[in-house]
Amino acid sequence: MLKKLLAGTATLALAAGAVTGAAQAQISGDTVKIGVLTDKSSLYADVSGEGSVVAAQLAVEEFGGKAAGKPVQVISADHQNKADISSNIARQWFDTEGVDAIADLVTSSTALAVQEVARDKGKVTLISGAATSRLTGDACSPTGFHWAYDTYALAVGTGRAMVQEGGKTWFFLTADYAFGHSLEADVTREVKALGGEVKGSVRHPLNNSDFSSFLLQAQGSGAQVIGLANAGTDTTNSIKQAAEFGITSSGQSLAGLLLFISDVDSLGLQIAQGLSLTTGFYWDMDDETRAWSAKYEQKTGKKPTMVQAGVYSSVLHYLRAVDAAGTDEGLKVANKMKELPVKDMFAKNGKILPNGRMAHDMYLARVKQPSQSKGRWDYYDILRTIPADEAYQKAELSGCPFTKK
Amino acid sequence: MLELLGVPPQVLFGQLLLGLINGSFYALLSLGLAVIFGMLNVINFAHGAQYMLGAFAAWMLLKFAGVNYWVALVLAPVLVGLLGVVLEKLMLSRLYKLDHLYGLLLTFGLALIIEGMFRHWYGVSGQPYPIPQALAGGHNLGFMFLPTYRGWVVAVSLVVCFGTWFMIERTRLGAYLRAATENPVLVQAFGINVPVMITATYGFGVALAGLAGVLAAPIYQVNPLMGSHLIIVVFAVVVIGGMGSILGAVLTGFMLGILEGFTKVFYPEASNIVIFVVMAVVLLIKPAGLFGREK
Repeated sequence: MLKKLLAGTATLALAAGAVTGAAQAQISGDTVKIGVLTDKSSLYADVSGEGSVVAAQLAVEEFGGKAAGKPVQVISADHQNKADISSNIARQWFDTEGVDAIADLVTSSTALAVQEVARDKGKVTLISGAATSRLTGDACSPTGFHWAYDTYALAVGTGRAMVQEGGKTWFFLTADYAFGHSLEADVTREVKALGGEVKGSVRHPLNNSDFSSFLLQAQGSGAQVIGLANAGTDTTNSIKQAAEFGITSSGQSLAGLLLFISDVDSLGLQIAQGLSLTTGFYWDMDDETRAWSAKYEQKTGKKPTMVQAGVYSSVLHYLRAVDAAGTDEGLKVANKMKELPVKDMFAKNGKILPNGRMAHDMYLARVKQPSQSKGRWDYYDILRTIPADEAYQKAELSGCPFTKK
Repeated sequence: MLELLGVPPQVLFGQLLLGLINGSFYALLSLGLAVIFGMLNVINFAHGAQYMLGAFAAWMLLKFAGVNYWVALVLAPVLVGLLGVVLEKLMLSRLYKLDHLYGLLLTFGLALIIEGMFRHWYGVSGQPYPIPQALAGGHNLGFMFLPTYRGWVVAVSLVVCFGTWFMIERTRLGAYLRAATENPVLVQAFGINVPVMITATYGFGVALAGLAGVLAAPIYQVNPLMGSHLIIVVFAVVVIGGMGSILGAVLTGFMLGILEGFTKVFYPEASNIVIFVVMAVVLLIKPAGLFGREK
């Protein structure tokens, strides 16, 4: 009996050793390496940038610095919002630096390019910064994940709310690249579905500073709503100059279709008050978000945007999946990520759809009036929670080739 | 309705006016560049950063010292100009004996350092700067709504441009300056302190950039990248007008502002390259620029 027991224990111990041994051998380069590829110097540097690197590091710290028994390392680079630069860096990271997953990827054009490279090499992309819904639509990838928000959710949130409040006719100021086009298309669909009309649009170059000509055209169109299908400083400059030209005071309303808390901070409440917006995250939602945001603020001096909070969440979920799968091999981790529920301070009840879309609750918010705000960063009233099922498109309808029935 | 080229005349006039407004920024900035190049032969690549410094100086004066717009309009350019004087004394003055290229590289490097520091400290989203109360609001001109503040910018720019041109081309001081650039040794022999004059000229050119920065602050956010957005366009303006030509810089600035405005109506996607297309054409036909003299 004793002999048998001893033998059994020994076998078990051996087997366990073999299993862990095997699991450890499955981590390439003996490190789980995550690259944060972002805009560190240009118009989206406050939306993502260094803040995203800090957010990724916070996730790694929280996970204990190790996944599947191997150390986790975070590296980062500036892609300058250029698709060719970002895909070069991604290629170099995958081929020579042993990077297993790339996170953030702000700017839709760079995200589309990198997801393409990653798909070919079977590596994971955790996209929080970019917005275009094409990432999980026609350009989807079995190892690609889209995390914080997308143009579809923005259209459902702000777009739908504006039409329901009576804004039936629209004119778009659209940033002339993948993101702007995608946002304009998604919002147009929502507006038309609700019986509204799009009177026209004007496409401006990315990183423009003077919007007066475009605003004048929007004003001339007589549309009730001017939809700003742009982001970052392009949006803040549009809003500021719209106020200057008396557009908002003469009865037309502005729809900031993608507005980050950093934009509101930069505009100041005096100008931003009353704007409605759709967000995937607000630091002041509950105790959990406040606690995490305080930790983040200690390192950066600012509250996180939804992109930065999303980078944290996506990296954390990735590490969980690596741990559970016992490997960092792209496709296996990706499948594990889709199996596991997403649950952290960012997404309370998130789930990953077959096309890589992480569906989670979104929020419709309105910017407070200066008199209602208790201080810096106290900016939003949350008007409504948009449930995940409503905020995000069903995978079968997304146009993603491998989810079509 | 009467239409010109498929666009209602109201929109066209509106764009004409907007072009004039943007042109006034181009004119003011390229004026400073032209003064510095014309008198010192220095290609001042830090001009954009100095413009940004003007905006930040106004913002800091307001935020930390409660100094209002009107005082900042004078004080900020003076501060930025003084910084220029220090820069000229400490660094630029050592390079005059060398090729132009050294001045260009030095100022380009400085611009990168200054912008990098401000980006690091203040991020890229920009800081808000309100329009002064007295210039808030606007007038309905029938074909467009003209914000009072933009009208003010055009007026200031016209006055400053004319004043600078007058000072350099029509006064005794200007005559000394022009003479000093032709033959510094001879002018020095007449008992005029040429090095001081050169330092003051650089300081003045830089102060013009600072002034443009203060004027721009209420329209755009006060943003570390605001100068780098503009500097390339302004260089193109100076090249088209003729390097060093004061009149050329001012007139070309206004003209290109208007051209850019029209491009935004007819083919918005090309609005950020139209100036460079013009530059290429002008350089092919008249390499010294529209108002430049061939040496």
